[in-house]
Amino acid sequence: MAAVVVNQIEHRYGDRVALAGVSFEVPQGEIFGLLGPNGSGKTTLFRIISTLMPIQAGSVTVGGHDVSSDPDGVRRQIGVTFQSPSLDGKLTVRENLVHQGHLYGLSGTGLKDRIQLVMDQLGITDRARDYAEKLSGGLKRRVEIAKCLLHSPSILLLDEPSTGLDPGARHEMWKTLESLRREHGVTILVTTHLMEEAERCARLAILDLGKLIACGSPDQLREMVGGDSLTIQADDPDRLSLLLTEKFQLQSQRVGAALRIEQENGHELLTNIATQLPGEFRSLTLGKPTLEDVFIKLTGRGLEAIESETPQGKKKKH
Amino acid sequence: MSMMQPSTTAISTERVQTGNAWLWASWTLAVREVVRFLRQRSRVTGAIGQPILFWILFGAGLSGSFQFGGGDTTAGMSFQEYFLPGVAALIVLFTSIFSSISIIQDRNEGFLQGVLVAPVPRSSIVMGKILGGTALALLQAFLFVIVAPLLQFVGLAPPMTLQLSAFSLIGAFLFLMLISLGLTSLGYLFAWKIDSVQGYHAVMSLVLLPMWLMSGAFFPGTDSVWLTWLIRLNPLTYGVAGLRRVLTVDQSVLVGVPPLWLCVVVTTLFAAVLFAIDVWITRRDQAV
Repeated sequence: MAAVVVNQIEHRYGDRVALAGVSFEVPQGEIFGLLGPNGSGKTTLFRIISTLMPIQAGSVTVGGHDVSSDPDGVRRQIGVTFQSPSLDGKLTVRENLVHQGHLYGLSGTGLKDRIQLVMDQLGITDRARDYAEKLSGGLKRRVEIAKCLLHSPSILLLDEPSTGLDPGARHEMWKTLESLRREHGVTILVTTHLMEEAERCARLAILDLGKLIACGSPDQLREMVGGDSLTIQADDPDRLSLLLTEKFQLQSQRVGAALRIEQENGHELLTNIATQLPGEFRSLTLGKPTLEDVFIKLTGRGLEAIESETPQGKKKKH
Repeated sequence: MSMMQPSTTAISTERVQTGNAWLWASWTLAVREVVRFLRQRSRVTGAIGQPILFWILFGAGLSGSFQFGGGDTTAGMSFQEYFLPGVAALIVLFTSIFSSISIIQDRNEGFLQGVLVAPVPRSSIVMGKILGGTALALLQAFLFVIVAPLLQFVGLAPPMTLQLSAFSLIGAFLFLMLISLGLTSLGYLFAWKIDSVQGYHAVMSLVLLPMWLMSGAFFPGTDSVWLTWLIRLNPLTYGVAGLRRVLTVDQSVLVGVPPLWLCVVVTTLFAAVLFAIDVWITRRDQAV
């Protein structure tokens, strides 16, 4: 049974369509990514799945419970972290966790043990007495994740989980998520705008302007671009570019000091360039297209269009 | 520091025992409210300091202009003494306002969404917030009712006729609790629908403070017909009147004050109705 089933979800803010019939399924024990630029509707979708926003059309099932008819059933299954931290800055780390435990009906020694466990797991035990507002961004995020693991949810919903994390902390966080999935079969749904994070997902759904424009594993998505990507480092890229056009009728893309070519059968081209233009390049690299290329191909927009979606939660929805 | 010690500490995925979710959720939210308040010293001083200052300054400044009750033999009641229940209501009002503002902050800072995705009844979220605010308001106002009469001995207040008996203290406690519940519920309602602290301040100046001014807290009825009606229709009038009734010994100053039963009924209804509206609006519009 799929852990999350999103079926023909539509959502409007007045006349503006935020989601236009989105459907996908997340099997149990999978890390699934929702990738999309600003205004793609991914935060709206996230809010609908996490029971914070009423469904206007379509249906969502989480852990076998229907989001609109049994929100509490869903809430018991899910651990949610939001883009903006939900910690109370005036409480200590431990107090925040105790508070969270009480909200989930945990108390006494059971709660104490759970708190110790998640604090150890996320390496925040030595900060238990610190006020949450005094913590760095990375530590806050860890407490946030500890908080959402406290009630042993079987499904994690993470909205831009690496916001404010440096690469090291981001790497640690993903190690934690991957071990949760591997060892405990936890299903994880993340929204992200970082290609590096998207690569870590087993499957991805790409949202753009409220529509699901692609869904599949990173490899499957890359195949949509087709061909290979050849990167050539050269001392004189302009000259090389002209030579490539003359000899092979190739259009190359200048990226910094390098040239990039997207082409079927890249390995043949690689051999041709290597044998016919020796001395014109310093290195030839053949690779599969990146998710970045996929995104550009599907949306017609570059990566600069993908920024962190501003949390819409501060606005009122009617 | 490693974020994770692989496999040594396993997270158990077995379902955790859920106790009485409603009580736990209300309790923990209420406790949080109180803890937050106590950790913000400026709030403590502001909420109790300002009304006491008002009481002393207005009391001293207006003492010559008012005279209530008193016969040929008795001195009657000073304005400051008349003003006392009103100031207690003002403390309740200020504390309720501040604890309601925290809903707006909770929403903007992201704390509220964490609460809203928890499997707790929406009514317990409302209850937690309101109980927390009520506890704070009640505590401060009750402290004031006990401490204020003592100020006459240090010269900050004129001599008073008021005597604090066990009955009047219990009565005052219960009435302050009812008023606190009502005003915190009212504040919750506004805070839920308003998305900025600035907007809330406008409501405070235009609705909440006038409501207090026209509750008989500051001055008794007047000759103006419309103002008299406004006072009569203001639910807070009955809270202040009830408080006045349980605290006052000299019956001659209670002429025109609504009867105690009416005060209890109106104040209780006011709190109950607003609480119900709060629960309804929290269910209907999550507003995050």
